[in-house]
Amino acid sequence: MARTGNTILRVEHLTMRFGGLVAVDDLSFEAEQGDITALIGPNGAGKTTVFNCITGFYKPSEGRLGLRHGAAKAWAHLEALTDNGERCLTLPDGAVYQLERMPDYLVTQQARVARTFQNIRLFPGMTVLENLLVAQHNRLMLASGYTLLGILGFPSYSIAEKAAIDTARLWLDRVGLLARADDPAGDLPYGAQRRLEIARAMCTEPVLLCLDEPAAGLNPRESAELNELLLAIRAEHGMSILLIEHDMSVVMEISDHVIVLDYGVRIADGVPNEVRNDPKVIAAYLGVADRDVAKIEADVGL
Amino acid sequence: MAPEARSQRVDAARALREAGVTALIAFGLFLPLIGFQTVTDIHNELILQTRWQLLFAITAVVCIGRLAFSLGIEPWLAQRTLRPANATSAPWRSFVGRWFVPFAIGFVIAYPPIVIALNGFSGAVKWIDNFGIQILIYVMLGWGLNIVVGLAGLLDLGYVAFYAVGSYSYALLAKTLGLSFWILLPLAGVLASFWGILLGFPVLRLRGDYLAIVTLAFGEIIRIVLINFVDLTNGYAGISSIPRPTFFGIPFNANEDGFAAVFGLEFSPLYRTIFLYYLILALALLTALATVRLRRLPVGRAWEALREDETACRSLGINTTNTKLTAFAMGAMFAGFAGSFFASRQGFISPESFTFLESATILSIVVLGGMGSQVGVAIAAIVMIGGTEIMRDLDFLKQIFGPTFDPTQYRMLLFGFAMVLIMIWKPRGLIATREPSVFLKERKTIAADLVKEGHG
Amino acid sequence: MEVFLQQLINGITLGSIYGLIAIGYTMVFGIIGMVNFAHGDVFMVSAFIALIAFLILVSWLSISSIALALFIVLLVAMLFTALVNWVIERVAYRPLRGSFRLAPLISAIGMSIFLSNFVQVAQGPRNKSIPPMVQGEFVLLTKNEFAVTLSYKQLIIWAVTAVLLAAFWYLVAQTKLGRAQRACEQDQKMAALVGVDVDRTISMTFVIAAALAAIAGTMYLMNYGVVSFSDGFVPGVKAFTAAVLGGIGSLPGAVIGGLLIGLIETIWSGYVSIDYKDVAAFSVLAITLIFLPQGLFGRPDVEKV
Repeated sequence: MARTGNTILRVEHLTMRFGGLVAVDDLSFEAEQGDITALIGPNGAGKTTVFNCITGFYKPSEGRLGLRHGAAKAWAHLEALTDNGERCLTLPDGAVYQLERMPDYLVTQQARVARTFQNIRLFPGMTVLENLLVAQHNRLMLASGYTLLGILGFPSYSIAEKAAIDTARLWLDRVGLLARADDPAGDLPYGAQRRLEIARAMCTEPVLLCLDEPAAGLNPRESAELNELLLAIRAEHGMSILLIEHDMSVVMEISDHVIVLDYGVRIADGVPNEVRNDPKVIAAYLGVADRDVAKIEADVGL
Repeated sequence: MAPEARSQRVDAARALREAGVTALIAFGLFLPLIGFQTVTDIHNELILQTRWQLLFAITAVVCIGRLAFSLGIEPWLAQRTLRPANATSAPWRSFVGRWFVPFAIGFVIAYPPIVIALNGFSGAVKWIDNFGIQILIYVMLGWGLNIVVGLAGLLDLGYVAFYAVGSYSYALLAKTLGLSFWILLPLAGVLASFWGILLGFPVLRLRGDYLAIVTLAFGEIIRIVLINFVDLTNGYAGISSIPRPTFFGIPFNANEDGFAAVFGLEFSPLYRTIFLYYLILALALLTALATVRLRRLPVGRAWEALREDETACRSLGINTTNTKLTAFAMGAMFAGFAGSFFASRQGFISPESFTFLESATILSIVVLGGMGSQVGVAIAAIVMIGGTEIMRDLDFLKQIFGPTFDPTQYRMLLFGFAMVLIMIWKPRGLIATREPSVFLKERKTIAADLVKEGHG
Repeated sequence: MEVFLQQLINGITLGSIYGLIAIGYTMVFGIIGMVNFAHGDVFMVSAFIALIAFLILVSWLSISSIALALFIVLLVAMLFTALVNWVIERVAYRPLRGSFRLAPLISAIGMSIFLSNFVQVAQGPRNKSIPPMVQGEFVLLTKNEFAVTLSYKQLIIWAVTAVLLAAFWYLVAQTKLGRAQRACEQDQKMAALVGVDVDRTISMTFVIAAALAAIAGTMYLMNYGVVSFSDGFVPGVKAFTAAVLGGIGSLPGAVIGGLLIGLIETIWSGYVSIDYKDVAAFSVLAITLIFLPQGLFGRPDVEKV
């Protein structure tokens, strides 16, 4: 899909420092709506740190993370939002958010950014179905009147719960886990757990889905199925996906836009084919001969 | 020699050696404190006496016990792990599983008449009061703490603080404002849950052991304040003459307007006891019902999800601070209810009833029952509280050990010992399984090793 | 000024005792991640053992040299308390290692209840008092009839604490056992894989913690001259507060935390109110945990997302 200037996420001058260590250094990039954007780079490049900043788990040392809902012209209001110090600005036909000002749960609840984790974080002692119902917590809380109506037995909650179960059933069917709906999540094989985590993230009805190494530990067949799933999610829901990945078969197959990180610095940004052949990227992954080190370092800006 | 016989010989030799070593260790262990006894003589000075007989007796018991363990129990345990695990759907098991709860509830409701039939009116008081009511109070407290520890996974070692708030608010408000029990009960609950939020707010970002310790500290601070804030709480002397409960306005005394006279019965102190019994039973069942309901509501699911993985909860848009505060407040509320019941039942309260030992007991009941399991908590309360109450009753032991033997001294000793033993035997509690709160096709019980314990 | 000086002296004495107990808490927490609730009662047991040993030496064996008596009492208390703690670890904690976090906690609470009631039943519930072991004091300065004194026994406590602390410091920092301990603290499985005997290291940790508690118990007996079966809980919590204040897992932190708590307690009692002195300790605990959970010298616990 060609880039149309229809940005949904703007990362501007993101810097994250841990004491003396600079994990992410002045990173800027844009993710288009409806694109699958991949963030790649060698281990320790700072990719998960970027994710944690976007999803509110870390507070960035510097930088602005803008997210848009609704019409594209919402971006015009970003400066106003930055100036007035608020977290979000709602307009009649959209909204704009500054994610670095929001705590993690609000990033999901209000800004509707969902994420999965590098080390799968399911609720292992709860069933697959229960996992998906927890994801719909906020909607159900409202329907239960913040528990008050629910405990008094008002029907609004049971109606909402049935709807939530239907949503869950839909997603379970989509990821092929319907037969295991009543099994404890901890019992599922690894690949199934990864799919469940994605389904659970989708149940929060996000506008931006952030996946942290979704293909890790998957065999080639499972990776291909993952590709199909992500492409289908993008096609049916117009979902924007931000992806950290090491598995190049996934990255090259399905990404529209690739950003390469090394030591916290962006060293490449473009369509997959451009990035694949970029000498800086190759140097970062494979290394270079000693005599070329100084030249590459100058190129990259280290 | 046949291999089995040789290995048996070797086993016996090894067992004897182990028993010998154990005996030596036991001797050294008990030598200072059992072998010698410090006694204050008539000059008010401390002198030493020896108790070699007791020391040797205990060492012998330990030695023989170890021998029996090595020869008898250890091989049996090894055999058990080799045998294939039982199929989980033995037909009688599911029958018992389905009918256990209704049967238990029926039994508990019918308990007073049964006891009266067996023991007569005067004999029944002890059974209903010391056993029935006492156990039910702890069952209710256990179910209340279960919300905090069992469902939400928050380690609370100061639960008794909310129990105390409930008791003292009831006592003070009843004496100064003269409000009825039925008004004060919810009021005490509200006050206790308010304290729950107040105490919870600063501490809920702590995890695991740290949360446990800080709640312990708060519990103790409240107790010390109760002791020292004499103007309000009367300190060690406590608050007495707390209004006793009435039968919806009719007092339980021997007067003309008393319960017995109004209903045309002969006066007996048993009536108040029976009323109290059914009252605490209703309160406890209310707690259980609320918990069952809450588990099916989003807040209950959020509690259990919190226990499983807090970070994942936050990534799903759940404000875990509010979730934790709600768990704390709910648990505190039920403790408040129990506290007001306690105050009105006793007629007298003092800080001595609200020690750390109480918090530890209630926590043990929850952990022993199996986290999150209602039935387990109830069984654990019956075993632990009923067990210690029965200890008061074992007068027949005097015949064995002599007239100066006082079994109540050993109550707490055995209690501590039992706690250690039960933890070693069943670290995940008696009912080590979790029932899902919702299912698509069938309700499958989840084994305990999958369920996380929560880090607070 | 004089009152302050006196409270300072008293505080350092009390703080030394707390510090010795605190090290036990911090070492055990460092190596198996468990708060040993029973440690305070182990301290109490050691005080009783010291009491009995002292009585044997003085009344039966009629040893007249106080220095010798003290030395023997210390040794005996350390030996027997180490045995007690070794057994407790084997029986109540080792079977639960690796399981569920709450189980060892409940087991430790049960053990604490067991120990205090055991002593109550075995030795009777009354306070046990002995005539002072060491008498006499230095008068440092006098003003307005108030004399700031440093008693001999306080001096002995300072000296014994300092010497034995140095010895254990050497043990932990320089010897193979100390290295094994630090390895187990970092990563038990890995330590086992490179050949460290984890079981034995943990047992030795409990033994050392007990020995230090026994020193504290003997010093406590000498300082106050009276012990009771209930003396385990409050000093135990205060020592734990000291360990948390210093930073759990840090040995120097435990010592400094102990001194701080001792000083806070004596200064609070001297200047504010003696009734609420225990509240002071508990409040310090709560405040430290809320605002500075890693303590003064500990490392903050960061969870990787």
